[in-house]
Amino acid sequence: MTLLLTLAILILTGVAFWQISKIFELSQMGRKKDDSQIATEKDNDLNGKLMFAFLVFIYAVTIYSFWSYSKVLLPESASAHGPAYDTLLWISFAIILFAQTITQAVLHVFAYKYRGINNRKAYFYTHNNTLEFVWTIIPAIIFFVLIIYGMVTWGNIMNIEEDEDALVIELYAQQWNWKARYGGEDNVLGDANVRFLNDFDGRNSVGIDSSDPNGMDDIVVTQEFHLPVDRKVIFKFRSQDVLHSAYMPHFRAQMNCVPGMITEFSFTPTITTADMRMNSDVVDKVNRINKIRYENSKELTANGEEALEPYQFDYLLLCAKICGASHYNMQMKIVVESEKDYEKWLSQQKTFSEIIQ
Amino acid sequence: MSELTSISHSNHDDHHHHKETFITKYIFSQDHKMIAKQYLILGVLFMGFIGVAMSLLFRLQLAWPEQSFAVFDIFLGDWAPEGVMDPNIYLALVTIHGTIMVFFVLTAGLSGTFSNLLIPLQIGARDMASGLLNMISFWLFFLSSMIMLASLFVEAGPAAAGWTIYPPLSALPQTQPGSGMGMTLWLISMAIFVASSLLGSLNYIVTVINLRTKGMSMFRLPLTIWAFFVTAIIGVISFPVLLSAALLLIMDRSFGTSFFLSDIFVQGEVLHYQGGSPVLFEHLFWFLGHPEVYIVLLPALGITSEIIATNSRKPIFGYRAMVASILAIAFLSTVVWGHHMFISGMNPFLGSVFTFTTLLIAIPSAVKAFNYITTLWKGNLQFNPGMLFSIGLVSTFITGGLTGIILGDSTLDINIHDTYFVVAHFHLVMGISALYGLFAGVYHWFPKLFGTMMNKNLGYIHFWITAISAYGVFFPMHFIGMAGLPRRYYTNTAFPYFDDLANINVVITVFALLAGAAQLVFLYNFIHSMFFGKKAEQNPWRSNTMEWTAPVEHIHGNWPGEIPHVHRWAYDYSKPGQDEDFVLQTTPIQKGEIETEH
Repeated sequence: MTLLLTLAILILTGVAFWQISKIFELSQMGRKKDDSQIATEKDNDLNGKLMFAFLVFIYAVTIYSFWSYSKVLLPESASAHGPAYDTLLWISFAIILFAQTITQAVLHVFAYKYRGINNRKAYFYTHNNTLEFVWTIIPAIIFFVLIIYGMVTWGNIMNIEEDEDALVIELYAQQWNWKARYGGEDNVLGDANVRFLNDFDGRNSVGIDSSDPNGMDDIVVTQEFHLPVDRKVIFKFRSQDVLHSAYMPHFRAQMNCVPGMITEFSFTPTITTADMRMNSDVVDKVNRINKIRYENSKELTANGEEALEPYQFDYLLLCAKICGASHYNMQMKIVVESEKDYEKWLSQQKTFSEIIQ
Repeated sequence: MSELTSISHSNHDDHHHHKETFITKYIFSQDHKMIAKQYLILGVLFMGFIGVAMSLLFRLQLAWPEQSFAVFDIFLGDWAPEGVMDPNIYLALVTIHGTIMVFFVLTAGLSGTFSNLLIPLQIGARDMASGLLNMISFWLFFLSSMIMLASLFVEAGPAAAGWTIYPPLSALPQTQPGSGMGMTLWLISMAIFVASSLLGSLNYIVTVINLRTKGMSMFRLPLTIWAFFVTAIIGVISFPVLLSAALLLIMDRSFGTSFFLSDIFVQGEVLHYQGGSPVLFEHLFWFLGHPEVYIVLLPALGITSEIIATNSRKPIFGYRAMVASILAIAFLSTVVWGHHMFISGMNPFLGSVFTFTTLLIAIPSAVKAFNYITTLWKGNLQFNPGMLFSIGLVSTFITGGLTGIILGDSTLDINIHDTYFVVAHFHLVMGISALYGLFAGVYHWFPKLFGTMMNKNLGYIHFWITAISAYGVFFPMHFIGMAGLPRRYYTNTAFPYFDDLANINVVITVFALLAGAAQLVFLYNFIHSMFFGKKAEQNPWRSNTMEWTAPVEHIHGNWPGEIPHVHRWAYDYSKPGQDEDFVLQTTPIQKGEIETEH
């Protein structure tokens, strides 16, 4: 019934539109009118001016967005390589904004300035090799600098040296949750494969090979995982079913989790969760969020539902690769803390050998 | 036109003496002009309407998550219990929106319409090299479209693994409902689509090489033809790779092979697949997927070159540089696919290589943008609707293209990969830009297609609302991406951290609805003008190219009598010493006139 009504309304609106345009056409009949549907001098004038207005609009949107939305951006990076990432990002942004401002201005100002006038002849200008050369070579130089800069940074970030001191953690993805595995006492991850997932009545939640002695002291955690501050972490990623992507935006870190393959990424966390909660940008953001949650809660409680809990900042591990129905809710909390707190937390977790006993 | 009257009528071609029935004229037509119209109506209007409508549905969900909407109830039925959209159908809508817009509208619709219409008419040919293959190409496209639409009516829902259909999600029906029958139909539809695309592209290539009229050397071709020609070549090189990926995926799904699968455990069961890799699929997919961006974009840029020159009443600036940059973009487009895979687990060294090639592609793109801008300089701009959309294209091409510098850099990609920043980038640079090219082409060649003019005032309304809402939708989207919000999330409410992005999502959706409404103005204008539009004169835009020497009424073989010969390049606008501000390509060089060096 609703469908019929909607269709009827759509059809009637169409008919009404058609009739109105007919009336409009009829009302124009008596007058002498240009109906060639080709732009006249008047059209050129109006649209040329609108082109200029549109330039102002683009600038206004840009300024408004930066002014109003830059507060939602990620806070300062919490990893050792993060500042290099952020610097490269803002340098690229500066170049982009400069190029954007200039080229849009020239484009729209020309569109405005040279809007057509009857009986004016355009300037016959076919090519200029010097100009072509100049605007080939200038972007080329800029891009080469960016390429070299980017490559060096990329090399530094992706060069994962297996140094002794680094903590090795496996992030294990499945539809739709994360698990983290620590190497335990020996800091070595035992061999693992999905074949072993059904061993021990499903208690072997990431498929550790129980014949590998390295695996017996491994520790598997869910919901949250902890990292000691200022110590390099080498992440090994696995997935048991489909592609996932381990995305840790506050650390400027992301790597896909691929079934049948172990992928790697490494970073050194530099700011503890407690310190990050004191960061002024984070404080502002949390306050804003809690204000929104408070407003939303009013509505909920009025409907007899439970109010939203106040929000407290935590580092996040999210999934960034489409992976099915609950892709949007595949999360794990990351806690960065002092080495001492980390050791304490880790000692409270059960090892693999304890779990399978 | 003086050229036409001077042509001897004694040399009649027998093409237009065929007796035609309704079926051979309107349905199984082998005439390129009719096939162009068929592509326009099925590919652009019909599939485009569905693709855009889907985006509006999921934009509603993103702005007001998990709320009940009557439209969901009407269009989604059981997939939206009590009018609340189900997460699986959200992913399905995103997937089919992407598939329809990229392949059906902007590949088949755009190239199918304008390559078919313009290649024979602008190079001076009677028709395509093979009318029969051309007809088969369209009907394969029709079949492919119908199968894709049929997949919307499968009980478990259509394909929902994203338009990139990465396995194992797309390979295993256990992982999501959309990977069952819906995915099978998607793969069959795309396999047929590739066949259709290949037949079309081969025809375009052969026609451009062999059927140019006397005097139409390669460097006298309008830039539209260069763009269509090169697009067809990229298509022939890259589409077969998608077909192979689709076939291998069908084998994995149905015949137990392990091309893309290994070590998988789903629903309490270890599957038998061993030794394959999803990364292999990613390579195969993006070997098509990235050139596909240019398959979409180059025809739009070609259309824009033609329309900007005509409406500026000026030669296109740097014709040879434009041709060179089309060729450079085409070549580079086949060696940049890895920039979609920086963090796929591919060797990081390859990341450096693909960063290098990717940023190189910015150079010919910049050259094109500068050439467009210089073409406007000291012109006498005629703001017909086609011209507005062409300038709009240059604007969004710059805005969207510039953020490619960030995404193409493997380092910076780490933290914005698969976020809304990517969505904003590619919608501006290929989605909106290519759609603008498409609209520009429709307004400009409507008189050639249907013999009538579209209403210019409705065209102006259409452009300005679309232009404003395009920026309104995609500019803020960069920021929610940089805030760390991944794409393809059914709702952002699972993370309180993203609560302060909710109001930005509302802004985006409001602009999206506005943009959607503006397209209804276009649709109305199109249909109304087709039947009741003002009759077009032969050369309404006072253009140089050959299609405007053909009569308004469509005839088989395009020109009565002999095909006119070409004597000059396509851009002698406002040439000094000429009475008019345009000189048809078919006008012989006059006594004392020097042929334009270009």
